[in-house]
Amino acid sequence: MTFLTHLQRLEAEAIHIIREVAAETEKPVMLYSVGKDSAVMLHLAKKAFYPSPPPFPLLHVDTTWKFKDMYALREKAAKDAGMELLVYQNPEAKERGINPFDHGPLHTDMWKTEGLKQALDKYGFDAAFGGARRDEEKSRAKERVFSFRTSSHGWDPKNQRPELWNIYNARKKKGESIRVFPISNWTELDVWQYIQLEDIEIVPLYFAAPRPTFIYEGGLFMADDEQRLKDVLGELPEITTRSVRFRTLGCFPLTGAVESEAATLSEVIQETLLTTTSERQGRVIDKDSGGAGMEKKKQEGYF
Amino acid sequence: MTEQKPDAIYRTDALIAEDIDAYLETHQHKTMLRFITCGSVDDGKSTLIGRLLYDSKMIFEDQLEALSNDSKRVGTQGQEIDFALLVDGLAAEREQGITIDVAYRFFNTEKRKFIVADCPGHEQYTRNMVTGASTADLAVILVDARKGVLVQTRRHSYLCHLIGIKNIVLAVNKMDLVDYDQATFDKIVADYASFAEEIGIESFTALPISGFKGDNITVAPSENTPWYDGPSLIEHLESVEVLSSVAADRPFRMPVQWVNRPNLDFRGFSGLIATGSVKPGDAIRVLPSGKTSPVKSIVTYDGDLEEAMAGQSVTITLEDEIDCSRGDVICVAGNPPETADQFESTLVWLNDEDMHVGRGYWLKLGTQTVSATVQQPKYRVDVNTMEELAAKTLSLNDIGVAEVYTDRPIVFEPYEDNRTLGGFVLIDKITNATVAAGMLNFSLRRSQNVHWQATDISRRHHAEMKNQTPRVLWFTGLSGSGKSTIANEVEKKLALMNRHTFLLDGDNVRHGLNKDLGFTEADRIENIRRVGEVARLMTDAGLIVLTAFISPFRAERQMVRDMLEDHEFIEIFVDTPLEVAEARDVKGLYKKAREGKLKNFTGIDSPYEPPQDPEITVNTVEMTPEEAADHIIQQILPLK
Repeated sequence: MTFLTHLQRLEAEAIHIIREVAAETEKPVMLYSVGKDSAVMLHLAKKAFYPSPPPFPLLHVDTTWKFKDMYALREKAAKDAGMELLVYQNPEAKERGINPFDHGPLHTDMWKTEGLKQALDKYGFDAAFGGARRDEEKSRAKERVFSFRTSSHGWDPKNQRPELWNIYNARKKKGESIRVFPISNWTELDVWQYIQLEDIEIVPLYFAAPRPTFIYEGGLFMADDEQRLKDVLGELPEITTRSVRFRTLGCFPLTGAVESEAATLSEVIQETLLTTTSERQGRVIDKDSGGAGMEKKKQEGYF
Repeated sequence: MTEQKPDAIYRTDALIAEDIDAYLETHQHKTMLRFITCGSVDDGKSTLIGRLLYDSKMIFEDQLEALSNDSKRVGTQGQEIDFALLVDGLAAEREQGITIDVAYRFFNTEKRKFIVADCPGHEQYTRNMVTGASTADLAVILVDARKGVLVQTRRHSYLCHLIGIKNIVLAVNKMDLVDYDQATFDKIVADYASFAEEIGIESFTALPISGFKGDNITVAPSENTPWYDGPSLIEHLESVEVLSSVAADRPFRMPVQWVNRPNLDFRGFSGLIATGSVKPGDAIRVLPSGKTSPVKSIVTYDGDLEEAMAGQSVTITLEDEIDCSRGDVICVAGNPPETADQFESTLVWLNDEDMHVGRGYWLKLGTQTVSATVQQPKYRVDVNTMEELAAKTLSLNDIGVAEVYTDRPIVFEPYEDNRTLGGFVLIDKITNATVAAGMLNFSLRRSQNVHWQATDISRRHHAEMKNQTPRVLWFTGLSGSGKSTIANEVEKKLALMNRHTFLLDGDNVRHGLNKDLGFTEADRIENIRRVGEVARLMTDAGLIVLTAFISPFRAERQMVRDMLEDHEFIEIFVDTPLEVAEARDVKGLYKKAREGKLKNFTGIDSPYEPPQDPEITVNTVEMTPEEAADHIIQQILPLK
């Protein structure tokens, strides 16, 4: 071996970051959303500490509206890794019955943004790993690998610590926390290829299959839980079976499906590469509040 | 517009559709190159990067659509697509129309994956450029063909050279605006060559390009520059050697990040290999202890390795049971790096608050974190003229050379030999900000000739003979708050309890040990450092030490705390409001300060930073000195 490939270098860099956090923070946690980026993160954590299990738990900030397949893989993946799985649901959102149909942006705000803050405070985590990448969105391109949050979880893009070489400054005051992004330098293609090379298990929803779907406000969605759809919408929308897959996974009523025949990983990658719309477009979250949507959300404490 | 569609990229695209597995196979074996782009505000950096992304199909349709909307709304290119908007991310800077931070971008060609750090060009952002350069294999220095080599060009080149980038590309941009004139290009290259030689850049590659029109970006020569016979920018980026391959040829070094101990039968040392390679059976040495052992195995999740090299994250097990923990460095036994605690170092100051000479900062180098102080700079460098100027301190974006002392020896190599063991950051102990980036040049010989003398009567023996636990009772507060009075009361009470004590008083120390020091900030820091060292020696001798110093800065009190054993430093805040202390004015100093006859007086024209979490607080408005002393004694019992 005379050189390392880009994937080998990216893997080594991510492992180095994960180990630094474990060594230098008091109570780290890995955020786990069951998506493909989370799957890669979990795999990297296993590699970083092998033969020990990763010395931190997984945290799923749940909205109760995820796909059934996601809940199934969540339990299995944590068990296989020998890691504790913490699931947090914002009790206020639960009590008020917050849902994506009636409450729009409030759904994400209450379940995810607020839920995440509450969970981190409840358990006292001072560092949280996330799977965000710099290629995803413009404001993320400038975020550091170690991203500091105030005690109220705010992010100040003008006041980031300089990050030189591979030296990370993990020092912080009591109450402050760090979000750490070990796969910052990966692209979507890198993630897919790594999943293929390492044979990492991902949610079957990423592959095309005949699924019950409905059209809602011009988008194509999967009827993952007909009873709940009926409860919230008052009546069941027209369900049609289509061959669909998902490019990203979130709450089933918020995650647009794409019609596809790509049933293998190679085909999915091929389709991804040939597609001319970017990954997050299937998700409704970036569209509100104009050009700086994600940046604004981050300042408020969204991951 | 003569749009040049690069062949290479279309071939790649075609392969995705025709044979995805073949495409993935090529992508899997790509190497990675990290580079930075730097230039002045209008040299077209963002446009060039936008062009590279666009040409390598890294812009999606929806992004392009948004881009074209944005271009019409805030763009600077009229109705044309403004590539710069794609690259300038944060909302704040989109409004200002400038890049204010380092942004990272990604694109692929058939041979490589590229990570681009987009660095801003204006003066106040040396900090960002150094950050972007620290991980780069190569630098693209952009020059506007109409303007030629500017002061900024020199500054950027100097910074890239300083941070150790060996591959420098001079991209003469906007050639379309000078009619692709060869003479203009040649003149700029000649100007740059003479400057490069001056500052020690051994070689560079010059290209005539247009980021806006696409000339010589992917294919060379462009039909507009038939006189140019070199590679295109992409071809050049695809062919230069990456840093990790260079590192692989050096002696083996791995800073230990983590000791992996899942059970009693396994003990591995995890880290990212900085330089060289390692095989089972190799003799290694653990520094700073110097113990040696053969390597038993190189453990990874994918199975044991027969060899591992620079850039890989591994876990190493050893044949022999030797001590090794985070911060140690595992290296080849026959060729280990040095250990030292005094260095000459180049510093880049990154913080709004100036450097404090003598203040204790955390120094993080590899996985080692130690307390360190910086001496007065030997000089700072004017990055525009390369002149060496006298300096008392370093301010934001200053670059200077100074001696750095660490409180214990660290394992290091000169930065030019090893970025991992020679590059460090300084961290403010109170705010936790990363305040400086540093590069160790060499160790000072004197540090190698001073050794600790081991003594047979230990500090424990000293303490046991005195039947007490040594402590430092550190009184801090404004002038006239009552520190000396209360400390004196406490010492009298301890004497009645048969304890061995010593009171170090601020005024008294300045008559002897510290009579060479004044009241500037640097001198005040040195004053406290010396008192801290004396107090430490006295605790070694088993004494209970009482100190009465204003000690206005948190960082210095923290420095003394760090010098001592855990729980030995008792910070006592003598809490007296300024009005009360000033009304007392026992020594008449407040009056003088108010009249301007006394400079740098704490509370008047120099700040006092009260303790945030003192062990003991006494309120002298509510308590008499006697009561305060009783309260303190109650808090520190038992004495053994």
